[in-house]
Amino acid sequence: MPETATATATATLELSMQGAINRALRDSLADDDRMLVFGEDVGVLGGVFRMTDGLQAEFGAGRVFDTPLAESGIIGLAVGLAMGGWHPVPEVQFDGFVFPGFDQLLSQVARMNYRSRGAFPMPITLRVPSFGGIRAPELHGESLETYFMHVPGLKVVTPSNPHDAYHLLRRAIAMPDPVIFMEPKSRYWNKGPVDPDAAADLEGATIVRPGRHATLVCWGSMVHRCLQVAELAAEDGIELEVLDLRWLTPIDEESLQESVSRTGRAVVVHEAPLTAGPGAEITALVSRLCFRELKSPVERVTGYDVPTPSGDLEDEFIPSVDRILFGVQRALEYRRG
Amino acid sequence: MSDADDELLRRSYEHMHFARTLDNGLVTWQRQGLVPAYPPARGQEAAQVGSALALDRSKDFVFPTYREIGVAVAWGVDLVGYLGSHLGLWHGGLWDAARDRFAPLQAVVGAGPLHAVGWALGQKLDGLDGVALSYFGDGASSQGDVHEAMNFASVMSAPVVFFVQNNRWALSVPLARQVGGESVAARAAGYGMTGTVVDGDDPIAVYRATHDAVELARSTGRPSLVEAMTYRRGPHATSDDPGRYRSLEDERAAGVDPLERLEGVLRASGLADDAWFAALVEAEAPRLEALRATLVEPAPMPGDQMFEHVFQSPTPQITRQRAQWREESEHA
Ligand SMILES: Cc1ncc(C[n+]2csc(CCOP(=O)(O)OP(=O)(O)O)c2C)c(N)n1
Ligand SMILES: [Mg+2]
Repeated sequence: MPETATATATATLELSMQGAINRALRDSLADDDRMLVFGEDVGVLGGVFRMTDGLQAEFGAGRVFDTPLAESGIIGLAVGLAMGGWHPVPEVQFDGFVFPGFDQLLSQVARMNYRSRGAFPMPITLRVPSFGGIRAPELHGESLETYFMHVPGLKVVTPSNPHDAYHLLRRAIAMPDPVIFMEPKSRYWNKGPVDPDAAADLEGATIVRPGRHATLVCWGSMVHRCLQVAELAAEDGIELEVLDLRWLTPIDEESLQESVSRTGRAVVVHEAPLTAGPGAEITALVSRLCFRELKSPVERVTGYDVPTPSGDLEDEFIPSVDRILFGVQRALEYRRG
Repeated sequence: MSDADDELLRRSYEHMHFARTLDNGLVTWQRQGLVPAYPPARGQEAAQVGSALALDRSKDFVFPTYREIGVAVAWGVDLVGYLGSHLGLWHGGLWDAARDRFAPLQAVVGAGPLHAVGWALGQKLDGLDGVALSYFGDGASSQGDVHEAMNFASVMSAPVVFFVQNNRWALSVPLARQVGGESVAARAAGYGMTGTVVDGDDPIAVYRATHDAVELARSTGRPSLVEAMTYRRGPHATSDDPGRYRSLEDERAAGVDPLERLEGVLRASGLADDAWFAALVEAEAPRLEALRATLVEPAPMPGDQMFEHVFQSPTPQITRQRAQWREESEHA
């Protein structure tokens, strides 16, 4: 309705990321009558994190529905629905439970467009509450971006704030390719300004804080923490640039090159374990793109090569402000020869 | 028997015979080095043709495995495109799967039934009455995805027919070591749906059972399961050596070949005579020769097709890798 459109046209809202995601789903459902939302407990309950709150009441149980408790089933169902011309936006309840659906995701969602030579595009957006930081039980706090990034045929994106969450989700849903939308669950309830009409530049990475001594490369849940680090470092006269990659497939290589070439140093920060993690790919890119300008080896501050712990050990695992500062220090103090 | 039944018998035989001829041809061509590998459907022609003929080509949709040449023949899939998969030209094959309403070949045993359920649910949401036919084997029935598919279909009332070709073998593993209870159809009751066991070597019995299942799905949205009992008379694939795991005695348990059986019925009921059979064989020869010709000189698959279709909207990385591949392959 035009009235509503004009009413929201100028308003900048103060929303939590949960509110932004819920609104993005609602607005996309309203715009695209082929879009479907489904998963475990997403209907009447509105999802365990309430991302789908109120959607079934508004759009009906044909568009927003609960499935039986089976992740492979949910993702396989999405494949068949997409083959029938629907735009599925399923939810997997927690990151670690993507694993039971991995075959359908890797062998089917990621390959059906290829296998069918474009006869069956897979415009599926899979929403995955991701990363740790909420003291959840085992397999409820995993960082799976490495797995997703390694699969040809999947795109991967993660927002760090409510405004980006709204726009990146709407954009992911509108894309003709499968997108894994990783939601930083530790940031679900933090509020921020959302302008639903200002779909600013959403293509690649974004500099969320400019600086000149080193670039902190991060995404999702770690962006806020890197901003805290930059704040603290600034007190000592160290100006850190914070680059929020947002898209992990495809990585915005130009922005990465531009930032790190300027600062000469990169510290990659992620929750996922170290070995063969996303930081390895970023490090390889930086070494090729910024080799001449680099003043120090790329540092990585990451989770350890251990199963993601729960409870208090989570604080030891997820990069803390202190650990990131140590990483920055190693980069700044590096001397050749 | 009615005229319609007579016609069905003759049409079934035509499709089954051509499927057998093509199947034999592919095994020979594999030995001649024209085809890298092929999984023969020998013995399953009645199950495949009878079920395919029970569908409505204008609204239903087939989800095959990799052994469905009889279905492809009866359904009328572009066979040159169909052979593209066995030729190694393209994973899923080269026919237009959306136009032909016949999904790309599925290499993952047991993965397809969920797609059939999703497609069928979409029909229901669209208010259409198309039915999905999901083919899978006795081996596939062990997969968790097949359980998930049947349960989803029942809970959501998706108009899908689960069609099991129980050919008593999953590669080297016999039925007794695969299916607890020896029947997949018995499981249907647990999902609140009908499960029918049918003589899979009788195309008319298969046709009727499938037709009933399709009509049930079309009129009520309810899924059901048909288990066609048949026998894999050939090797699992051209690379396989069944002598390592089954004896000639085992193979005799297969009974009379479904083609011979149907030939006997046609002759005994006076529906076909020597001249009819001879004309059929004669009509097949040019079709077979035309297909063979496409194998001898398949349309080349340019190397850069490797990068095509990874995405609808390619990433800069794919575009760069494609350019690099082109440059390096030109200088190689
Ligand atoms: C998930 C998976 N596991 C293993 C294989 C290898 N494989 C291909 S066919 C097959 C046997 C399948 O038996 P069945 O489902 O009875 O079908 P049939 O081959 O008899 O037609 C196996 C083990 C595969 N393709 N996919
Ligand atoms: Mg079998």
